[in-house]
Amino acid sequence: MLGPDVAWYLIVAAFLFAIGTAGVLLRRSPLIVLLSLEIMLNAANLALIAFARLHGDHAGQIFALAVMAVAASEVVVGLGLIVAIARRKLDLDVDRLRVLRG
Amino acid sequence: MGNFLVWVIWLLAAAACLGSGLAVVSLRTPFFAALALIGNLGAHAVLFLLASAEFVAAAQVLVYAGAVMVMFLFVIAYLGDRSETEGPFTAGPSWLAWSAIVAATALLVEVVVVIGLKAGDGLADEATVDRSFGTPAEIGRLFLTDHLLAFEITSIVLLVAAIGGVILGTRSRAEDEEEAAHARA
Repeated sequence: MLGPDVAWYLIVAAFLFAIGTAGVLLRRSPLIVLLSLEIMLNAANLALIAFARLHGDHAGQIFALAVMAVAASEVVVGLGLIVAIARRKLDLDVDRLRVLRG
Repeated sequence: MGNFLVWVIWLLAAAACLGSGLAVVSLRTPFFAALALIGNLGAHAVLFLLASAEFVAAAQVLVYAGAVMVMFLFVIAYLGDRSETEGPFTAGPSWLAWSAIVAATALLVEVVVVIGLKAGDGLADEATVDRSFGTPAEIGRLFLTDHLLAFEITSIVLLVAAIGGVILGTRSRAEDEEEAAHARA
């Protein structure tokens, strides 16, 4: 293939995954935790697509599309929870949200 | 010449990916963080395209950078200004923040070491693929033949998520009464 080989893609994916992990662990706003989760999912997608190209097999791309659907579902449920939390006038701070009971 | 151009585009996209990723993690306003994530997803789409995943790149832009992120921005606008008043490092580096960074770095090192040990030699010899690799026609054919089960399960996952979103979004009766009592008081 033209351009860099698969190892380069994997390195970028690894760095993005680590950045996303740092965001999930460091940030307090659940909105930004969700955004960081998206980075982690996309890093995994990048690795899947790089491996699909390496093996010349479409399964990795199919898996990446399934991951995108799961990510969309996760965003729907996550944002629904955040809106529900905000409507109860609770702090949007993952350090203070300790119980799930309404 | 073509190879050089691909390298340049690849490096730009990778730098944009990492830079906007760092921006998402470090920007304090959720709105700007979401905008940075849109840039991140777009740069991802470029990388997908260079790895001959045309359909996934298109879906990434349409579904992810389009639909999902618009929903994100909509919710952020609905919630109003929710900037974090204090970042993780405002009150000096706490041990929690440091251990988060150590954990993320450990994960990075683990991933790189495992990839290097397990696949280091095999990564250079790629399979040769023809022009139809990753096209919408090919992906669509596979979704309706070899990967039909994955396709159907995905649709059920989306349906369940939609139902969950509706349930979470509906105001409960107890909540309404509580609010009415609050208004009377």
